[in-house]
Amino acid sequence: MISDAPVLQQSSEPAESAAAPSRLSRYARPMLGLLLPLILALGWELVVWLGWSNGRLVPPPSRVFATIAELARSGELIRHIAATLWRVGLGFAFGVIAGTLLGAVSGYWSLARRLLDPTVQALRAIPSLAWVPLFILWLGIFETSKIVLIAVGVFFPVYLGVMGAILIVDRKIVEVGRTFRLSGFAMIRRILLPAVLPAYVVSLRVGLGLGWMFVVAAELIGASEGLGYLLLDGQQLGKPAQILAAIVIFAILGKLTDWLIEVAAAPFLRWQDAFGRTKGT
Amino acid sequence: MLVLDRVSKTYPNGVQALARFSAEVSQGEIVAIIGGSGCGKSTLLRAVAGLDRASSGRVTLDSEAIAAPHAKIGIIFQEPRLLPWLSVADNIGFGLADLSAAERREKVARALARVGLADKAQAWPRELSGGQAQRVAIARALVPQPEVLLLDEPFSALDAFTRRDLQDHLLDLWADTRPTLILVTHDVDEAVALADRVLVMRPRPGRLFDQIEINLTRPRDRNAPLFENFKRSVLTSLDRSLDRNVPDRDATQGPGQAMWW
Ligand SMILES: Nc1ncnc2c1ncn2[C@@H]1O[C@H](COP(=O)(O)OP(=O)(O)OP(=O)(O)O)[C@@H](O)[C@H]1O
Ligand SMILES: [Mg+2]
Repeated sequence: MISDAPVLQQSSEPAESAAAPSRLSRYARPMLGLLLPLILALGWELVVWLGWSNGRLVPPPSRVFATIAELARSGELIRHIAATLWRVGLGFAFGVIAGTLLGAVSGYWSLARRLLDPTVQALRAIPSLAWVPLFILWLGIFETSKIVLIAVGVFFPVYLGVMGAILIVDRKIVEVGRTFRLSGFAMIRRILLPAVLPAYVVSLRVGLGLGWMFVVAAELIGASEGLGYLLLDGQQLGKPAQILAAIVIFAILGKLTDWLIEVAAAPFLRWQDAFGRTKGT
Repeated sequence: MLVLDRVSKTYPNGVQALARFSAEVSQGEIVAIIGGSGCGKSTLLRAVAGLDRASSGRVTLDSEAIAAPHAKIGIIFQEPRLLPWLSVADNIGFGLADLSAAERREKVARALARVGLADKAQAWPRELSGGQAQRVAIARALVPQPEVLLLDEPFSALDAFTRRDLQDHLLDLWADTRPTLILVTHDVDEAVALADRVLVMRPRPGRLFDQIEINLTRPRDRNAPLFENFKRSVLTSLDRSLDRNVPDRDATQGPGQAMWW
């Protein structure tokens, strides 16, 4: 927000003073957050190294990383990651498309909302995993049922986010559009879209989180590859290091994809007056 | 000329907000509308803006009926209503989408300089003070050069000093192209300072009660005895519009009593 705003002469002074503390905290803050897990990991490493525990059920970090390295060397890791990413990616895409379209329709037309929303809300009340047996019956146990399950998980937060955001667009701002005689399409492009964008990004992130949750469920049910398969395989063969390795990679991928959405959206949300932006440092 | 011909408005809930309101406003005239709370001032302004339709009667601008927002009519609300995702400059240029980018930039730059906010061009609306934001709103409404500018209590959320500043500033801007101004206000001082004519409305249902011509040359001296006289007659008329007993207004009044609602 600070770095690339075209700042004029007069306003350069507050920008500078604001940049100084945030530059420091940009590096200091993540470091601080890493402290606790690092201490725990090193501590456990030490405990196992000193021989106080054999670390069979809770392997020390070095063994987990050794497992990851080994999987990576054999090319297995890439194959599993690719399979999982592919499923999450497709499921997320379908869920987002469906959620955005239906959410926009229900938010924009009250008639559609009255027709559609009760059904969607009723479906939402069903725990999504309850669909699994049905999806497997209908779609088989291969890719389709997994992707549909993930898409279902992604759909609801996106649908609710889009519809809710449209419903609470400030009537006063819409009126500004009307006084400048914006037609339906221009009104959507110049007023509604920017107004719903912050809530939309949040709903995408929530949806992605659910997508990651559901890919684990889907892959635990039956898969021959994927990170979820690594989890299951590690359990059945008694390899806790492999389970932890898969968990670590899930965490990294989850955080990374979430960060991608955040970064992609950031240029469009610089205007926001959010609490986290101004006081978060 | 802007003509309001027996404009009535009954809301769906049965409230009759306006009853056969008629008035004529000539081009370039400044008219202030004053009246009790809930007497239909905003309703009237919204009908003229084409934001809401009158239940009966018609509004015409140069004999063209106004039923929807019109390019020649701009409106400024009580709140600035800037679009938070656009910079100050883009907010001012919001109504100029039809122009080429270069033309738009030039007009916006001129408007920014005119309202004294050239250094804020790239600021976000949230970075402005209330008075600055309202100046941006004024610039945004004026930059497409409307023939009629409607203002619904535009300065009521500002402190007394800023309000007076902006009143003078509005007059200053008005002098550039001399659009017709219709200004809803609760502030008698503001009405007399700005208007050629003050329309007093009477509530339930809202209708025209009285008109007072302010025959003062501009710039106006707010401390002149004549200015006080006009304020007194507007206040008296307001009291009568609410069937209040007319107090003896010859006793000198503190400035606080000029705010009326
Ligand atoms: N959307 C609406 N639906 C129903 N009744 C309304 C609506 N808007 C206003 N009214 C009613 O119409 C009457 C006139 O309202 P209006 O907002 O025009 O008053 P006003 O003169 O602008 O008041 P104020 O000085 O407080 O702004 C009021 O009695 C109000 O309750
Ligand atoms: Mg009002």
